[in-house]
Amino acid sequence: MIISEQWLRSEWVDPALDTEALAHQITMAGLEVDAIYPVAGDFSGVVVAQILSAVQHPDADKLRLCEVDTGSGTVQIVCGAPNARAGLKAPLAQVGAILPGDFKIKKAKLRGVESEGMLCAESELQISDENAGLMELPADAPVGVDLRKYLNLDDHMIEIGLTPNRADCLSVAGIARDIAVLNGQALKGPVIESIPAVIADTFAIDVLAAEHCPRYLGRVIRHVDLARPTPLFVVERLRRAGLRSIDPVVDVTNYVMIELGQPLHAFDLDTLSGGIVVREAYADETMTLLDGSDITLLPGSLLIADHEKPLALAGIMGGENSGVSDTTRHIFLESAFFMPELIAGRARRYGLHTDASHRYERGVDFALQRTAMERATALFLEIVGGEPGPITEVVAESSLPQRNAVNLRAARIRRVLGFDMNADQVECILIGLGIIVTTTDEGWSCIAPSWRFDIAQEVDLIEELARVFGYNNLPVSHIKADLTIKSRSETYRALPSIKQRLAARGFCEAITFSFVSPEQQQMFNPDLLPIALRNPISTDLSVMRTSLIPGLLGVLAHNVKRQASRVRVFETGLRFLPGENLQQVPTIALAMTGNRDAESWSNAAETIDFYDMKGEVEQLLGAESAAKLQLVPCQRAGLHNGQSAEIIVNGHTVGVIARLHPSAASKLDLPAATFVAELDTAIILDTFLPSYEEISKYPEVRRDLALMVDREISASMLSEHIVQIAGEMLEKLVIFDVYEGKSIDPSRKSIAFGLTFRNRSRTLEDTEVTKAISQIVDSLRENFGVELRG
Amino acid sequence: MQPLNELKNEAIVAINDAADAAALEGLRVDYLGKKGKLTGLLKGLGQLSAAERPAAGALINEVKQELTELLNNRKILLADAALESQLGAEKIDVTLPGRRIDEGSLHPITRTIERMQEFFSSVGFDIVEGPEIEDDYHNFGALNIPEHHPARAMHDTFYVDDTHVLRTHTSPVQVRVMENQAPPLRIICPGRVYRCDSDLTHSPMFHQVEGLLIDEHSTFGDLKGLIEDFLQAFFEREDLDVRFRPSYFPFTEPSAEVDIQCVKCSGAGCRVCSNTGWLEILGCGMVNPKVFEFSGIDSEKFTGFAFGMGVERLAMLRYGIGDLRLNFDNDLRFLRQFV
Repeated sequence: MIISEQWLRSEWVDPALDTEALAHQITMAGLEVDAIYPVAGDFSGVVVAQILSAVQHPDADKLRLCEVDTGSGTVQIVCGAPNARAGLKAPLAQVGAILPGDFKIKKAKLRGVESEGMLCAESELQISDENAGLMELPADAPVGVDLRKYLNLDDHMIEIGLTPNRADCLSVAGIARDIAVLNGQALKGPVIESIPAVIADTFAIDVLAAEHCPRYLGRVIRHVDLARPTPLFVVERLRRAGLRSIDPVVDVTNYVMIELGQPLHAFDLDTLSGGIVVREAYADETMTLLDGSDITLLPGSLLIADHEKPLALAGIMGGENSGVSDTTRHIFLESAFFMPELIAGRARRYGLHTDASHRYERGVDFALQRTAMERATALFLEIVGGEPGPITEVVAESSLPQRNAVNLRAARIRRVLGFDMNADQVECILIGLGIIVTTTDEGWSCIAPSWRFDIAQEVDLIEELARVFGYNNLPVSHIKADLTIKSRSETYRALPSIKQRLAARGFCEAITFSFVSPEQQQMFNPDLLPIALRNPISTDLSVMRTSLIPGLLGVLAHNVKRQASRVRVFETGLRFLPGENLQQVPTIALAMTGNRDAESWSNAAETIDFYDMKGEVEQLLGAESAAKLQLVPCQRAGLHNGQSAEIIVNGHTVGVIARLHPSAASKLDLPAATFVAELDTAIILDTFLPSYEEISKYPEVRRDLALMVDREISASMLSEHIVQIAGEMLEKLVIFDVYEGKSIDPSRKSIAFGLTFRNRSRTLEDTEVTKAISQIVDSLRENFGVELRG
Repeated sequence: MQPLNELKNEAIVAINDAADAAALEGLRVDYLGKKGKLTGLLKGLGQLSAAERPAAGALINEVKQELTELLNNRKILLADAALESQLGAEKIDVTLPGRRIDEGSLHPITRTIERMQEFFSSVGFDIVEGPEIEDDYHNFGALNIPEHHPARAMHDTFYVDDTHVLRTHTSPVQVRVMENQAPPLRIICPGRVYRCDSDLTHSPMFHQVEGLLIDEHSTFGDLKGLIEDFLQAFFEREDLDVRFRPSYFPFTEPSAEVDIQCVKCSGAGCRVCSNTGWLEILGCGMVNPKVFEFSGIDSEKFTGFAFGMGVERLAMLRYGIGDLRLNFDNDLRFLRQFV
């Protein structure tokens, strides 16, 4: 909502505050001022002037020599504007004038001809962006008068960002009402009298949908003269409200809408047949709107129709063929109240948002229609003349919004705001806002005015009190609560500690969008049909991620492209698994590429491999949990067939560790040695409670086993078997060497285990250990065909 | 046979000249060993008379003791010198960088959320999270935003299907808590939220921290106090000006928008605050009784307040990040600054 400060002050309310202070005051009362700007640029020395004659410049095709009456003499001006013509009144910057941008006007010679000043376009005075020609002033503009005075340009446009509950402030009158209350002043406003009918003509009105349109007023005005111009003050006030002048009829309806808040519509009476019918649209009914668009009406849409055809989309936009044009002679003026529930959402479904729909869907004062019609009639008579008929009003009182009494308890004010508000002050504020107040035992009974659609509960009244009293004047206190200690599981690790751990190990945390492109999603989870957004920002961000891996690979690619050779990132967040029951799974993912260690004099530049990523995952899980996890080779889309493994815990797949498939890597412009891991976060958060075990005072015995075995036999198969055969005596098992390649059978590998034995209650005998080792070796030989390496 | 004195002097010179432990050992054997020169003298005592023998023996033993001591001292001295020279040879360049893991970093958004959580945890707020694909009811209906309410236009919503959306705020988490837990409640709900809007200052995904307190005696004054304390603590500015402006949210009444004095220019007016001196920082208000009704909480017995803020905004102000998109570019040169 943009309003002219001068309009407000000259006709409605004029508090003793400067512009800034006024803006601050209303901002702090909930009408947030977004901007204040002058209605014209800063200039001086510009007067209303009249071109007496305009002749061609002897040496320039596009210039004319104008004799101009300045009111105090005649000067010669060289002017290039196409509309410079004899008789035109236009602004003249005289010699000595200063235009916006500190541009001084001096005597000048243009192509050899003297010019004593400059005739101005609107853009040159920063009144608008219009620069096609000179600003055309009305024929009755007084020559010689300072333009600033004539146009009242010492004014500001105040732009207010209104919250949707304050529809009552979508007018100069509404904003003035709040300002009056804030300053304890009386509200003024133009005197609006009822205009007696001059003719008896009426036009039939039939409201078939009274529940949507409980009040409809119509009036015929005959013999209007649309050739007459809209008066300057109307044009200027509309401009200062952000509206352009269209024609005198539309200008008047807009003027009344801005002034009072009531949208009005004027039909060309000659285009209407039979009478007005307010009804719901028929199935598949179509119409052409004012803006030229053809629409098929949606079921439930409310129409203003005549006996033949739809005329207007009620409360939203008029139709093309029934509007006022320059040939219009008689008009039918509509002033109606449509229920907010009807308009809300309806305009948007047609992709429309108009000044009228904006007001109706938030709530127009349902008692305002007659006043607005009288006001508009008076302006019409003044501007375009005509003969008004009587007003026809169709009203369904029972369908009008109800204003029930709302109880306001003094105790509740204290309860919510934390202090006792003085009873006089309470009444003063509420009454000032137009609320009907009667006292009760506990406080007050209040009835909201017809222009307020946001006062239905006690707390709504309290909000009004707080708002006018000033939020910043309300007391400040501190929360009080009974302090109790809440139990907290020690085996639950909070995510922040996990993140800290990853950061300490060199991983940077990334945050990527939860939506990805369908291609990214399909690259890794082609078997999942992702959840798609109905209204994505772009196709690149159109499906919900089923894995965090694509996002992290994007991060790797972004950084690799920017010459980062060693990148390690992680992300935590939800992945969205479609299905009968949508699952939103807290997930953690890691991605890395580049060398094992950061470049340094002390490190060899070795490229990472699978075990670097596996190690990170094991670190993340912690020793106890890592021991429980099982890695099973797997084949998955986008991942390397021979270097991918599912992470299994207690029989459930909880994640994956893998090298990126080389073709995926090349598609994403990533190095071949790129590794990813993804896990359900729950696995990591769950840890164990330490339980002390007696430390053995007996010595350990260490034996090493170097075995040759088929490459296909996995380390875990051997380890598990050793643990099983060795029994309790085996305290620790490590793999300290693995070798494949030169000098051994290519189908075999060498793998060396270090076994640490200990008995908790006595010193182990050498013979027992030897016996255990030979049992282990025998069993491994039998089950896996291992040979002892010499 | 050399006289004792001569022998002694000769030995002293030899010991002092010995260059290493091996030479010393040779001297020890030479003089003090079983076949050594002093041992020879002792053996020669037998040729003396019984009267001379004790005195001469004592003299020889004295020299023997003296030489033993000299040998030992020389040995220690040589060992020390050898160690010293070894250490000298082992000298390294201590200015070379140490072996370390290149540290990673936490995202500034995470860092900010954790910091916010700490403040609120310290006054008894629990941290609660919830789903990001939400049903219409929890995202809107239960928060007093019926279908077609103009307030829905304030939330440019991503729709998944007719009844599900990407949550436009973390308030639905609060609804879920209210449905399942009896007051008093003190919770904050951090997380990702989504709005169908993307330009220089809007990201289709961003983060919020919302809070909710419900008790039998909470007031707007408590809300003001808590928010002021929080903002001053967050920006570590005890004198930070905070102002409350009436606003509108369907789920709170009265509702407020909170501005802080611009942290960049301290209110003088700059580009960050669009020359107003103020920064809009969060929205809050007293929980609308209708919201209580939806979740089955007695609005006569309980009052409460809620607040919500954008994490990106706070993080960007705190760390001087000028461009919202940096948060989601995940450029290492950006991320690594938040070690």
